[in-house]
Amino acid sequence: MKILAGWDYAPSPSRFGYTRETLYVGLGDHDGDYRFEKRPVSDDMIDKFIGGRGFGLKLLWDAVTPDTKWDDPRNEIVISGGPICGITQYPGAGKCYSVFLSPLTEQTYNSNAGGYFAPLLKFSGFDAFELQGKADREVIVYIDGDKGRIEILESGIAGDKNAYAVTECLHEYFATDEKDKKNISVVSSGQAAAHSFWGCMNFSFYDPRRKVSRLKQAGRGGGGTVLRDKGVLALAVKMSRVTGSSTGPADADTLSRIGGKVHKEIRDFDDVQCKMRSIGTAHLNEIMNDYDLLPVNNYKFGRHDDIGKIHSEEYRKRFAQGMPDGCWYGCSLSCAKATPPFELSTGPWKGRQVIVDGPEYETAAGLGSNVGIFDPEWTIEANFYADHYGIDTISLGTGMAFVCECYELGLINKDHTGGLELEFGNKADIMELIHRIADGADEFSRIVALGARRMKELFAEKYGADREVMEDIAMEGQGLEASEYRCQESIAQWGGYFLTLKGPQHDEAWLIFMDMVNKQLPTFEDKAEALFYFPNFRLWFSLVGLCKLPWNDIEPEDNHTKYKGIDAAKVPEHVQNYVDIYNAVTGKSVVKEDLITMSERVYNFERVFNLRMGKGTRANHNCPSRGLGPVFEDEWLARPDYFDGKLREAGCEPEGMSAREKIKTLQAHRRGQWEQLVDKVYERRGWNRNGIPTLETVRRLGIDYPDVVGLLERSLKPEDAFR
Amino acid sequence: MITVNGEEFGWREGLTVQDILDAKNYTFRMLSVWINGGPVQSREAYAATLVPDGAEVEVIHMISGG
Repeated sequence: MKILAGWDYAPSPSRFGYTRETLYVGLGDHDGDYRFEKRPVSDDMIDKFIGGRGFGLKLLWDAVTPDTKWDDPRNEIVISGGPICGITQYPGAGKCYSVFLSPLTEQTYNSNAGGYFAPLLKFSGFDAFELQGKADREVIVYIDGDKGRIEILESGIAGDKNAYAVTECLHEYFATDEKDKKNISVVSSGQAAAHSFWGCMNFSFYDPRRKVSRLKQAGRGGGGTVLRDKGVLALAVKMSRVTGSSTGPADADTLSRIGGKVHKEIRDFDDVQCKMRSIGTAHLNEIMNDYDLLPVNNYKFGRHDDIGKIHSEEYRKRFAQGMPDGCWYGCSLSCAKATPPFELSTGPWKGRQVIVDGPEYETAAGLGSNVGIFDPEWTIEANFYADHYGIDTISLGTGMAFVCECYELGLINKDHTGGLELEFGNKADIMELIHRIADGADEFSRIVALGARRMKELFAEKYGADREVMEDIAMEGQGLEASEYRCQESIAQWGGYFLTLKGPQHDEAWLIFMDMVNKQLPTFEDKAEALFYFPNFRLWFSLVGLCKLPWNDIEPEDNHTKYKGIDAAKVPEHVQNYVDIYNAVTGKSVVKEDLITMSERVYNFERVFNLRMGKGTRANHNCPSRGLGPVFEDEWLARPDYFDGKLREAGCEPEGMSAREKIKTLQAHRRGQWEQLVDKVYERRGWNRNGIPTLETVRRLGIDYPDVVGLLERSLKPEDAFR
Repeated sequence: MITVNGEEFGWREGLTVQDILDAKNYTFRMLSVWINGGPVQSREAYAATLVPDGAEVEVIHMISGG
């Protein structure tokens, strides 16, 4: 490959979790003006933004203006792991966050992935990587941490530019031999990202036992779309010197001791708890069905008689067993399941044998029950092509589910779909639509690829579809398609999905059991407290480079007897582990309450950032009717006694009412509850009634930078104050 | 009569924790069961743990998900 620009640097070693330098790569503005810079990391940056998503948000804030759009050269992709990222003693420590302005939501987005990229980036000398500008041709950005050199290469890859092909090619290209491939990580998208807002970023690691590159996705928000828009085919990093002390921890012995304890828990209890090692997150399939939480046919229903066909045992049989499947060294939870060689039956690679990563639960449900398909082989194939083409499987699943319902309702028809019959469960035509999206084959597939929010606009504009009905049934918030849980029977989870920073993604809060089943959140104040604590606790993982799964998808043997109620759900011993390993890496002395404050600071900064981008107010926290309850009669009639009971709880006697009247009454009642929830949550978070952090809040958190204060002073209205 | 997570539940002689889980279709594996403020010590003991009449039973599903 032709070198377009290169730059030599002296890598700084990581000490106490930080190299204290970030890498800036500028691609110019279609003019070949490539730039490289090392930028220092200040004490204030570390104290206030910690790392990972926090660093990403601060660097992006400094890079863009309120007028910057997702496809502006100013927009950046910032990738950062955080201080704990890269340790090998504790499971789930290879995560990184990618932060960018999203084409889907037109505000900040942060998307996490495993794989080796962030740890290798840190060990190559950088706490974060900023990519700005647009290249004048298709390029690859290569960071060689071994040599201390950054290069921009003309991609020179002819033919297949999809993720598996590109990743395999680059592992081969940059490695000196087979053994060296594991020292490389590649970030790529795929051909769909060129015209879809669902473009995902695939982060690789090399699997020496299977002798293939594996992909983990920063799937959501359109990061792959931004990457392709910048003219970047792939990013790659190489670093061969990785040890258990590469982060430069202050106290390696404590890391080993705490890590050993959790590895033992996983070994002893995973098989009777979440079975992450044998099935991964797909263990949730039948559980979600049992609790009416599995999205079926665009979230209309919560269970299906064909659940046996997608039971986790069906996936276990299809996943290779007994293989170490961690996506970073030392992760004994090993949830990154993969199939044995799987023969594709459609598309450009038809007939080829491939290793498919996943499906995880979200994909098994989104590209399964939610589109009315109960066939693991179909879902595995759809999963493969989505990753390969660079499409987020969650947005794809939820978006396709919306398309199918529109089709069944007659809002769109075969004349619009290019002849495809898109009823729920039509495996052949739904798969064909995925291929057409990848190709940008026709107007319809290009509209679908822009996401549910734009589908509503364009189906109405071009096909005359009923906008009001589509607003009711499209499960999107802030422009992002919901992930794969049916939330309508949990008021707290309405907030967990639709009162989030970036849209309905489950990584802020998953409160359904706590609220709907355990009945631990009876009042709106209780729900608001949970919607304060859990989003902030979970955000902390994104600051330091950790995976959330080892927090509560494995628990100490006595957690359920030693602690009660919400305390047990917090898994206190694991929270203490996190305090201890953070202190052991950084040499600091934080306590568990500090974790929440660290997160709250970044949470509020991100909220202010979205305000700066013209979003971030109450009007942007939309919640569709389907998220609150039944919309059509068949949904009500699937559980008539249950919903009649809900009406009675609301003080309405259902006797004598038609199903239509019942739905209207319950929806009106729940819409009122939604507004109550919004007020309580905003107040608990230290925001005003319009969802804007108050000056008191940002001052308390120490993020009262002049531009933050100036923005808030212009935005906060006295009439919106709570008191 | 007993309560399970605050809701009334019919009691009968010989009612066990496992009977309650089966009736409620609580199939999630990571449960914490408390009876009258005290924990059931082992998940393996659910089938053998009798629930007394009038008991307040809490079946807490650990958060998981996501």
